[in-house]
Amino acid sequence: MNARLNAADRVLRLPPRFPAPRAWWICFGFALSLLGLFLASVAWLFGHGPGIWGNNIPVGWGFPIANYIWWLGIGHAGTLISAMLLLMGQGWRNSLNRFAEAMTLFAVTCAGLYPILHLGRPWLFYWMAPYFNTMNVWPQFKSPLTWDFFAVLTYLIVSTLFWYIGIIPDLAAARDRARKMRWKIFFGLGALGWRGQATHWARWQQAYRLTAAIAVPLVVSVHSEISLLFAAGPVPGWVSTVFPPYFVLGAAFSGFAVVSMLTVWLRWMLGLHTLVTLRHLNMLGCLLLATGMMTAYGYAAEMFTAAYAGGKEAETLFDRFVGPYAWSYWGAILFNFVPLQLLWWRRWRVRPILLFLIGLSATIGMWMERYMLLVSSLYRDWLESSTGTFHPTFWDWSLFAGTIGLFLTLFLLFVRFLPVISAFEVREEAVDG
Amino acid sequence: MADTGRLFAVLAAFDTPERLVEAVRAVRAQGFAQVDAFTPFPVKGLEEALAFRDNRVPAAMLIGGIVGAAGGFLMQVGTNLDYPLRIGGRPLIAVPAFMMITFELMVLGAVLAALAMMFMANRLPRLHHPVFDADGFDLSADDRFYLAILADDHFDRNEAGRALAALGPDAIIDVRERPRS
Repeated sequence: MNARLNAADRVLRLPPRFPAPRAWWICFGFALSLLGLFLASVAWLFGHGPGIWGNNIPVGWGFPIANYIWWLGIGHAGTLISAMLLLMGQGWRNSLNRFAEAMTLFAVTCAGLYPILHLGRPWLFYWMAPYFNTMNVWPQFKSPLTWDFFAVLTYLIVSTLFWYIGIIPDLAAARDRARKMRWKIFFGLGALGWRGQATHWARWQQAYRLTAAIAVPLVVSVHSEISLLFAAGPVPGWVSTVFPPYFVLGAAFSGFAVVSMLTVWLRWMLGLHTLVTLRHLNMLGCLLLATGMMTAYGYAAEMFTAAYAGGKEAETLFDRFVGPYAWSYWGAILFNFVPLQLLWWRRWRVRPILLFLIGLSATIGMWMERYMLLVSSLYRDWLESSTGTFHPTFWDWSLFAGTIGLFLTLFLLFVRFLPVISAFEVREEAVDG
Repeated sequence: MADTGRLFAVLAAFDTPERLVEAVRAVRAQGFAQVDAFTPFPVKGLEEALAFRDNRVPAAMLIGGIVGAAGGFLMQVGTNLDYPLRIGGRPLIAVPAFMMITFELMVLGAVLAALAMMFMANRLPRLHHPVFDADGFDLSADDRFYLAILADDHFDRNEAGRALAALGPDAIIDVRERPRS
């Protein structure tokens, strides 16, 4: 118990006395260079338009939408791990929820940028919002694209607020723990005058738990909605009722994969071994395995319904197996599900390096899946004239790498300046248990 | 520390949450009404001991959710009536297609209302509070759980001090408001 209390106290001292400045600067330099690539790609895009990408008819959705779904899916795991496990009274989540939620915020930020950049005229993105305008028109509310705007915006706002009210008590504790005036002011402003009054705690708990309770169905709705971008279109390979649950589970899978990678990395870099124990790695391995196998079931169900439907559906399915994009189909199967099988054994689940590598593999595999779903369905339409393969360009890859840089930059700033683990919840758990 | 300001509260510090909860019960049994506590993390049983009952946050959430859902649905109905797009004989008011945005705005309304009510009922944010001036007040400590008897019009410092001293706390601290200069 005392070891955990000391470790929680150490979390509050991390920002003023950062234990791994060199490792942090190396990571941050790498992240900043990728961020520079992001800015260059966006500047080039604004100057030259989406023609710099490989997107063309018939594959009009290429990288931007595939990456959008990939980032958003990663984001969902943070909310699930924090909100769902809070409601189920799983105390071990307290060591993971803070940075998993931060991951959510930054992943959703990267995701939200993609559809905006994908617009031919990104500076008119506010046309998606319903507002009184001189053109006298409204958004088409029967279109999944408009649903998307509301879903992602709501998700970004709710996950930001959920993360922020969760961090307020720790900012207050860090304010009282800090010695230097500049840290006191920094944490004090963030803590909004929190003083741990019992009546405040009671209302805070009501608000926190209720937000958690509504955040879980929100996650399901947001990613189901994303899947309707596909499933509501009359395109073979897309129009399928299995898509909403299949997408939600795939999202949770890719997100838990990234949470596993971040956990292993932070545990090593900041020496958080007392708070993030082998038990946590074990639990993450179990979660990864469970969501991964559910995603595999989604693959099987999708395959079965396509084969059962026959016609163009089955043609698309077989084209995925042996067509020009077969590498992305078999790549998704290989990276998603083959290394994953090691997690059936506890011995492998508690090996940090291995968990990191399996998470990386699943992250790559889930990216390939999104690419496969998009491109292999679009590149051959009903007409011979609407056939054309998709080739990503340099700017496709550079913007993708750039968003990874944006994510890493934001995440590293969070790690450097804020309490990465929910110290007050760890203390509450340690004193109660 | 300003010793001249109006007395805000008298604090008694305890080293464990259990002792704090017991002390809260004891003080309330003696008839002190304005009792509160300051703790570094939520303490189980403290709400019951303080007889805390306030359902404004859940109520705000319910109302916010209803307003959000109704607003979201009516926005879609209204705009479709304002600029009708009749396509393929499909219904203008397509309820199933409107449900996604209705749901999202219900969630948004509920969460915004609940959090706004939480901050308003707690009178937060604020830059300063008298209790921050109390000696040793530190939310990062694990062994400081404060019982507070708040000063009201009929407050008697000596009576409160005696009641608190009888509980054997680690320290008794007067909290004064800063005099306005």
